[in-house]
Amino acid sequence: MGVFTIYPILYSGYLSLHAWDGLTAAKPFVGFDNYVRLASSGVLGRSIWVTLYYAAGVTVGGLLLGLVAAVLIHWVGRGAAVYRSIYFLPAITATVAVAVVWKLLLDPGSGYVNTVLRSLGIIGPSWLRSPVWAMPAVIVVGVWKRLGFNTVVYLAGLQTIPHSIYEAAEVDGASRWNLFRRISVPMLAPTTLLLAIMSVIDSFMVFDQVFIMTGGGPIGHTEVLGLLLYKLAFRYLDLGGASAVGWVMFALIAGISLVQWRLSGSGSRGVGL
Amino acid sequence: MTRSAGRVQGSARTLDKPRRGKLAIHLALIAGALIMMVPLLWMLTTSLKTTRSVHLPPYLLPTEFAWSNYIEAWRAADFARFYINSGVMTVGIVGGQLLFSSLAGYAFARLKFPGRNLLFFLVLATMMVPLYVTLIPSYLIVRWLGWLDSYQGLIAPRLVSAFGIFLMRQFYLSIPSELEEAALMDGASRLRIWWSIALPLSMPALATLGIFAFLFSWNDFLWPLIVTSSAGMRTVQLGLAEFTGRYGTRWTLLTAGSLTATLPAIIAFLIGQRWLVRGIRVERMK
Repeated sequence: MGVFTIYPILYSGYLSLHAWDGLTAAKPFVGFDNYVRLASSGVLGRSIWVTLYYAAGVTVGGLLLGLVAAVLIHWVGRGAAVYRSIYFLPAITATVAVAVVWKLLLDPGSGYVNTVLRSLGIIGPSWLRSPVWAMPAVIVVGVWKRLGFNTVVYLAGLQTIPHSIYEAAEVDGASRWNLFRRISVPMLAPTTLLLAIMSVIDSFMVFDQVFIMTGGGPIGHTEVLGLLLYKLAFRYLDLGGASAVGWVMFALIAGISLVQWRLSGSGSRGVGL
Repeated sequence: MTRSAGRVQGSARTLDKPRRGKLAIHLALIAGALIMMVPLLWMLTTSLKTTRSVHLPPYLLPTEFAWSNYIEAWRAADFARFYINSGVMTVGIVGGQLLFSSLAGYAFARLKFPGRNLLFFLVLATMMVPLYVTLIPSYLIVRWLGWLDSYQGLIAPRLVSAFGIFLMRQFYLSIPSELEEAALMDGASRLRIWWSIALPLSMPALATLGIFAFLFSWNDFLWPLIVTSSAGMRTVQLGLAEFTGRYGTRWTLLTAGSLTATLPAIIAFLIGQRWLVRGIRVERMK
C-alpha cells in the first residue's frame, strides 16, 4: 500500500515539477514549466475539453437511461432479476472486446449501424474517422457500458423507498408518471448524486475504450486526458509533462466532485461518500 | 423485488389498466435488453460465420457454423499463452487482495494501535486519488526492481486495494466481538483468531471482494500495456488489442478473439452475480 500508493503520489508531484525522459540521470527542476508548456501549446486545453465532453455525455446519458431502466424493472416485478443481469452484462464485458466489436459495428462501409441507417434511407457518417461524430460514437458506447451499473444501484435505491408512500399517492389517484416524478425522482436524489460523482470520476479515467476505438483521433478529437498522459509518458518520454497531466486530472476530479456536492446541497442531507 | 411484485399485483387486481401498462413495460424492457445484448450476440454470431457470409447483413444468424474461426484465431495469436498470463496475473491479484485486505481490514476493525484512525483515513484518502497520478511512479518502481515484463511486475502494485480494506473492515465491524473474546481468554493469538474465527465468518465478504478483483484484473488493460513488452508476457486483453491491429479486416477472427477474451468474465459474473450486486451496494456507501 505504502510502496505503490503513498510514495507514488508524492513522487509524481515531484516529477511534475521536473523535466525528465526517464532514462538519463539529469532531472532538472523546472517549476511549473511542464504545466505552462502543455497549457500554452493548446494540447492540455483540448484534452480537458474532450474529456469533459465525454464525461458529460456518459454521465447524463447513463443516468437518464439507467433511471428509466431501473424504474421499469422495479415496476414489472416478475423477471426483474433477468432484466437486471442482461442490462449489467456490458458492464462486465472486457472493454477491449467491447471496443473491438463496436468498431466493427460502426465500420462506415459494411458495419451494421450504417447498414441499418441505409435501409432507412440515411447515409451514415464514417463514425470514428469523423471529427464531429467520433466523440458521440465513443460516448454512445460509454453509455451502453455504464448504464447497467447505474441501473443496479438505482434498483437498490428504489427498494429503500417505503411502499406506503406510493400506496397513499395511488389512493389519491396519482398517475404512474406522477408517482415517478413526484416520489421516485426526488427520493432518489442522493443516489443520483452519488452515481453522478462516480460516473464523472470513472469517465475522466477512460482509456482502453478510446485507445482501441480511435487512438485519440481523428486529429486529437477524442484524445482524452488518460490517453494524453499515456502518450506523453511512453511515446514522447516526457515523464514530467505526463505527471503534470495526472495532477491536472486529480484537480479536475476533485473540483467537479466538490461542485456537484455543493450544487445539490446534499452535504447537509448526509449522503455518505 | 418480491415486495414490488406484491404491490403491482395488488393494484392489478383492482384495475385492468395496470395490466396493460405492465405489458407495455415488458415490451420496453425487452427492447432495451435487445439493444444491450445485440453487440454481444453479434459478436457470437459473427464469430461463427464463414468469411464469405460476414458482410451479408440480412442474415444475422450464421448459415453454416464455422467453429474453425476459433481454432484459427487461437493459432494466429497464441491465445493459449495469453490465457496463461492473464490467469497467473488474475489468480495472483485475487489471492493477494483477499489475504491482505482481510488482514488489514481485521486489524483496522479489531486491533487498537496508535495512529490507527490516521492510517485508516490515509487508506480512504488514497481512494480519491486517480490511478493516473500513481501510474508513472509505479512503473518506475517496477522498472527499478527489474520486474518489467514479469508476473511480479503485473501483480505487485495491485496486491492491496483501499476498497478491499474498507470492505473487509466494514464486515469485521459487523461481527460481534464476543465470538473472539472467548478464544482470546483461552490465550489464542490474534493471528490465530483471524485465521480460525474471523476468516471463516467473512466468506460472503471475501466472495464479494474476490469477484470484484477478478473482473478488474481480468479486464485490466493499461497496466499490462505499460509493464509487459514481449509477446510471451501479453495478457488476453493486450493480445486481443494487438490482434485487432494485425487482423483488422478478418471480422470472424476478431469476434472469435473478443469472445474468447470476455468469456471468463461472463462466467465469473454468472457465478458471482449476487456477490457483485452486494459489493456494489457497499461501494456506494464508501
